[in-house]
Amino acid sequence: MNFFREITQKPWLTTDGPGGEIRDHGAFALPKATVGVRVFLVVVTVLFSLFAVAYSDRMAVADWRAMPEPWLLWPNTLMLILGSVALHGASLSARRGRMDDLRSRLCLAGAFSIAFLVGQALVWRELFALGYYAADNPANAFFYLLTALHGLHLLGGLGVLAWTVTRIYGGLEPEKFKRSVDLCAVYWHFLLVVWLILFGLLLFT
Amino acid sequence: MADIVPTAVDDIPSAEVAEVDLYHARSWWTKYVFSQDAKVIAVQYSCTAIAIGLVALVLSWLMRLQLGFPESFSFIDASDYYQFITMHGMIMVIYLLTALFLGGFGNYLIPLMVGARDMVFPYVNMLSFWVYLLAVAVLVASFFVPGGPTGAGWTLYPPQAILSGTPGSEYGIILMLVSLALFIIGFTMGGLNYVVTVLQARTRGMTLMRLPLTVWGIFVATILALLAFPALFVGCVMMIFDRVLGSSFFMPAIVEMGQQLSYGGGSPLLFQHLFWFFGHPEVYIVALPAFGIVSDLLSVHARRHIFGYRMMVWAIVIIGALSFVVWAHHMYVSGMNPWFGFFFATTTLIIAVPTALKVYNWALTLWRANIQFTLPMLFALGFIVTFVNGGITGLFLGNVVVDVPLSDTMFVVAHFHMVMGVAPILVIFGAIYHWYPLMTGRMLDEKMGQFHFWVTFVGAYTIFLPLHYLGLLGVPRRYFEMGETSFIPASAQDLNAFVTVVALIVGFAQIVFLFNLFRSLRHGKVAGRNPWKAASLEWQTDDVPPGHGNFGEHLPVVYRWAYDYSVPGAPDDFIPQNVPSNAVAENHAEAPSAADGIEAPRT
Repeated sequence: MNFFREITQKPWLTTDGPGGEIRDHGAFALPKATVGVRVFLVVVTVLFSLFAVAYSDRMAVADWRAMPEPWLLWPNTLMLILGSVALHGASLSARRGRMDDLRSRLCLAGAFSIAFLVGQALVWRELFALGYYAADNPANAFFYLLTALHGLHLLGGLGVLAWTVTRIYGGLEPEKFKRSVDLCAVYWHFLLVVWLILFGLLLFT
Repeated sequence: MADIVPTAVDDIPSAEVAEVDLYHARSWWTKYVFSQDAKVIAVQYSCTAIAIGLVALVLSWLMRLQLGFPESFSFIDASDYYQFITMHGMIMVIYLLTALFLGGFGNYLIPLMVGARDMVFPYVNMLSFWVYLLAVAVLVASFFVPGGPTGAGWTLYPPQAILSGTPGSEYGIILMLVSLALFIIGFTMGGLNYVVTVLQARTRGMTLMRLPLTVWGIFVATILALLAFPALFVGCVMMIFDRVLGSSFFMPAIVEMGQQLSYGGGSPLLFQHLFWFFGHPEVYIVALPAFGIVSDLLSVHARRHIFGYRMMVWAIVIIGALSFVVWAHHMYVSGMNPWFGFFFATTTLIIAVPTALKVYNWALTLWRANIQFTLPMLFALGFIVTFVNGGITGLFLGNVVVDVPLSDTMFVVAHFHMVMGVAPILVIFGAIYHWYPLMTGRMLDEKMGQFHFWVTFVGAYTIFLPLHYLGLLGVPRRYFEMGETSFIPASAQDLNAFVTVVALIVGFAQIVFLFNLFRSLRHGKVAGRNPWKAASLEWQTDDVPPGHGNFGEHLPVVYRWAYDYSVPGAPDDFIPQNVPSNAVAENHAEAPSAADGIEAPRT
């Protein structure tokens, strides 16, 4: 759909013809779920961008003291990358109709993602043990806030992934689960990029 | 003439139109309570919004009683008053207007007007309502917690919002912030539905430029909301951290009751930027659906096509885009670089151009039209006048040098009540009088409606014109009582008392309206099919009210825009959107719906 071409049409003009004036209604040539997920990702992008703006604004004040970066964040990042790779693989398996590969890769993606979340919880515990509380410094508060929000988004994705896996085991028709797996993969890649940006922000500030 | 090439019916790709998986309820609970039908969800949204709106109405009466007759009511103290103004403002803007326009009218009208069986994600749509209801429940709960609801003002500015001197700083503010966060989550679920349904579920022939302006208004307003609400979400979450965990995102170093608090370094201005980055688009989240609806009401009830349809669409889109670059005009007195003030004043004035264009087009739609003074038309005309009034005082306040002395006076209160209180409410009333016959199959009572309109319209002016004057005198807003103030004459108090009496009368008219709504459900005149002789698709359904799935066995096919009224040579003074040219000469009072539609499974 070319939006600009669409909104320059002159709807009051009518043309005569045997079939009347049916025109292509100009929808995107995409499944509605794909359009829905893309719109949602735009909203989430705006959300995290605004947090990033708030972060950079608050960082400029003199009381900002950067937090240490626990080493566990690195293996956690690796878990998320592996989860994303596994889902990409699952998406390829779905397209090729390899059901065994698909199931194992989806479960693997879920396992890596859960490992990431558990890892993040361990990071929190370590930081609490070292005495880094949200009230002490805005850098600490931002760390907890951003990791929590990112984790909640991943948790929501895991819910959808679990639902997809259940439906696949329940005999969902291939065309539909291909789309579901594709969209899960897109969402995971997106959350990986968000995490890499957040991690970079935490590392370099 | 034909810059658009007509395409033979068979060549049109059906996209997803035929792929509708319609959910069928299997029990009373899934049909009426946990329903996935957008029309039921619309009624649920509307009833909840109106119910909580009534709470806000009562709060406004209590406020007016205090302002009109200070020291007369022992049950209203200063803390109560601040809680009343805060809850009144927040409920009206978010939980009533936003929810009613988008959740109520959006859910009911989008699928019907675009020719779809339902929203594209019905389950998510249902969740949207229940999360909204939860948000309302949390908000209402704040009335019953120790300390009561927050009294921070609807803008919730820190640091005062969470300091102990502010009413509701214990639990009320937390519940307010949680409620707002829930509202945003719920709205996002609904908003995805509205946007994707408009983009992907239009029936065959329904191009974007054949959409009624109501759909355009709701569509663009939803996009604004999806992009603007995250800013409020960020502000709410960060303030919850400040209040509950003691962080200092927004809290500067501050002394309270002689005690140095542990906060330090936070930026209250950062919250203001976040709040108004949401807050100004919010004005248009309410206004754009009102613009769209009023365009359709005018066209139908003046029996004339909307003047300048394309300009109307472009104006909606341009206003939506510009609404994101004017937010700091709410912060002129917060302190900013003068060049920023200049920038935001300029963008604010520029937004008047597409807005004025819409007003001209409404006026030109009425020019030499066959105007029917029906209730929807009266409310639509009332809206235009009121919106122009409120818009012009907006031009005053958009200028820094005029805004500074008027800031925080009753002039501001009068301005925003006219432009985003009275004006959109008039549209909501007009829309209810217009679409009530479609939703219930009955007409609302005309005499009660006339009483409702004239008391509301004249009453609103009798309330808010004096408030402009009080503002010019320097009467500040948010004051529990004026006491001895040398520059304000004693007569200002008489005016306040007069305004209070009128506000109570206008409030009574709303009770009459509610009575009319309930009474007409059973005793209203039977509306029949398409009583207003409207051309848009929602009136071309097989059943009135439309049944589950909206359009019987076949979806309608659209051949024209929604504004073919008084077409020369046509036998009737309107041609429905689903009537092809070669059928126009025939009597189209019974528009085709089954014989010429798309076979879409209703699985």
